[in-house]
Amino acid sequence: MNKVIACVDAAASTLKVCDYATWAAQRLATPLEFLHVLDRHPERAPVTDYSGSIGLGTQESLLQELGALDERRSTLAQQHGRELLNAMVRRAKEAGVPAVESRQRHGSLIETLVDLEPESKLFVIGQDHPAEPGAKLHLDHHVEQAIRSVQRPVLVASTDFRDPKHFAIAFDGSPTGRKMIETVANSPLLQGLLCHVAIASQEETASMQKHLAWARTTLVTAGFDARVSVVTGEPEATLPAYLKTHAVDLLVMGAYGHSRIRQFIVGSTTTTLLRTSPVPVLVLR
Amino acid sequence: MQLKTSLRQNWLANIRGDLLAGLVVALALIPEAIAFSIIAGVDPKIGLYASFCIAVVIAFAGGRPGMISAATGAMALVMVTLVKDHGLQYLLAATLLTGVLQIVAGWLRLGVLMRFVSRSVVTGFVNALAILIFMAQLPELIGAPWVVYAMVAAGLGIIYLFPLLTKAVPSPLVCIVVLTGVAMALGLDIRTVGDMGQLPDSLPVFLLPDVPLNLQTLQIIFPYALTLAVVGLLESMMTASIVDDLTDTPSNKNRECVGQGVANIASGLLGGMAGCAMIGQSVINVKSGGRGRLSALAAGVFLLIMVVFLGQWVKQIPMAALVAVMVMVSIGTFSWESLKNLGKHPPSSSVVMVATVLVVVATHDLAKGVFVGVLLSGIFFAHKVGRVLRVDSESTGEGQGRAYTVVGQVFFASADNFIASFDFKEVIQNVHIDVSRAHFWDITAVNALDKVVMKFRREGTAVEVIGMSEASATLIDKFAVHDKPDAVERMMGH
Repeated sequence: MNKVIACVDAAASTLKVCDYATWAAQRLATPLEFLHVLDRHPERAPVTDYSGSIGLGTQESLLQELGALDERRSTLAQQHGRELLNAMVRRAKEAGVPAVESRQRHGSLIETLVDLEPESKLFVIGQDHPAEPGAKLHLDHHVEQAIRSVQRPVLVASTDFRDPKHFAIAFDGSPTGRKMIETVANSPLLQGLLCHVAIASQEETASMQKHLAWARTTLVTAGFDARVSVVTGEPEATLPAYLKTHAVDLLVMGAYGHSRIRQFIVGSTTTTLLRTSPVPVLVLR
Repeated sequence: MQLKTSLRQNWLANIRGDLLAGLVVALALIPEAIAFSIIAGVDPKIGLYASFCIAVVIAFAGGRPGMISAATGAMALVMVTLVKDHGLQYLLAATLLTGVLQIVAGWLRLGVLMRFVSRSVVTGFVNALAILIFMAQLPELIGAPWVVYAMVAAGLGIIYLFPLLTKAVPSPLVCIVVLTGVAMALGLDIRTVGDMGQLPDSLPVFLLPDVPLNLQTLQIIFPYALTLAVVGLLESMMTASIVDDLTDTPSNKNRECVGQGVANIASGLLGGMAGCAMIGQSVINVKSGGRGRLSALAAGVFLLIMVVFLGQWVKQIPMAALVAVMVMVSIGTFSWESLKNLGKHPPSSSVVMVATVLVVVATHDLAKGVFVGVLLSGIFFAHKVGRVLRVDSESTGEGQGRAYTVVGQVFFASADNFIASFDFKEVIQNVHIDVSRAHFWDITAVNALDKVVMKFRREGTAVEVIGMSEASATLIDKFAVHDKPDAVERMMGH
């Protein structure tokens, strides 16, 4: 469990993933591995021939034909993936990461992440934001599934790389939230960055100040410059605004505290924040 | 999550391909359902309802997405005497019982038994099936006027040549439409589907078979139901592995067993006959781009729409057109490669294949053919492995003794050979038999060793057997390979 694993594909987010992964690997002083997943879809038919006639040897020739087609596609996909990986490895090496590897696996992204979890410290994945605000704000379902399936932290690199100076922690005072603060305090990843701890809530209560005081002490003891505040209003709406006004470069939050059923009915703060956050999000379990 | 993923993969991943392939397949289902209903001695309605029910139910309950199941020739041939002797109601009851037996087989995970069915038996089964489908067309041809032969030939010509023109339209459809048009325009006096019996005029309705619920009924239907269940599962499992290979995706064989059972029960309750997976139509489905469960559902629904709402037109289709389509299915089912391989493969495997075909063609029962094929492959295998046995000996004690070393497999097929390897005529005082590198697989092997020891003793020779405990480790039926990771190594190594 020592690698930063960056998941790259041909999408627009690849460079963002590469740069954030490079940054994380350097800060954590760990090896960096680029992962490209070849996800074949045998449940979709590659050929269509509606002639509906079968003659002598159709079975054998069909098997040959389908096999050859799959072979061609897979070879191309493999080659394409390898080139992409090579380019990313070069880019990361130029940026100064000493240990960079790459790997290609067959299977779905989620399966692969679960398989690789034991050797990972942090996953970096991309998210392709809708081009213009107001367009269908739909979360890339890979991102949500990935975050739900793995226990390791996931960094969702949703914007172009900007060397993070400030980061914010979305805190709720719960035991899991406290664990999150402790994880941040003990990790070298965000050391030296200016830290904002925010509790977003409809109304301010006394206990919140207590929670924030605890968070501040923990972080300051760990050597952080920490500022705390309560943001009133719906977290989904106020947090993004808060991030903008404080020029925060990275949001840290916990993930999916509730069951899928609850999420189906009332929606999930995690999903909404992933969707609306103007900055990359580091999700801790 | 799992449910959503499987829903997406099995139903919605390939909507266009599945729907169009379903349409193409439905065209190949109608002739088979009609032709084999006639052979089974029931109205075409029974086969068509069965095809609809089975295709639709298996789409949900089956374990192999993209495989087509419906009323088949293999099953129809089994029920001929049942219908002749006892009538339709007993067929429906037997269909229900078949379904129950198949569900039980699925629960007992009998799908794994398929591993004893060797490649040669599968090929023999497929070829026999093709021959049966072809032979089933002969009654329409023998003694028919020349115009029927001309129509069939023209139909086959259209089926195989039309795809050279365009692959966007199913050529069996063109064949059926053209031949029907010609027959109607020229007013030809040839047999049409309408002459063969009642066609469906409405959606199927739920009904229980009208048979007395007693032991006598069970005695009548049970043998048929058992054969139907076995034949249905055999063809379904074989088709499933063909589709597995073609699409490079796994299937759940035990779920398929249960699914076939559920489909047959549904068919029996809606007045249809028993059915199973179809090799030819499944290949057509894959070729046309069908991959998901939706393709089977679409095939069933299109079939029902075509026969219920276009019934007036379906009646006019000349049997010659359907014969042409079925000849195509039989040609497409036949494994052409197996003929080319007859000379290339080892004689034992060719014998198994040919024996399977001959038994099926002679008895019209695929289960008997497979039984013979499996039996023969077992015997051939035992014979081959029985040859893996060597007994070496060397003289010891200045000609006063002899040491035998046995290496290899000792079991019923090699026991005689084992005994014959010892020289009882030689006059010696003592014999050492080292069996530590041999495997004694059964009681016959142990008996053979006892015999050898006894024979030597009777000649006045002292016998010492070395390594008996290692050699007989294989005797125990369940040697604990799972408990000890090195068990297999030790068995092969000593």
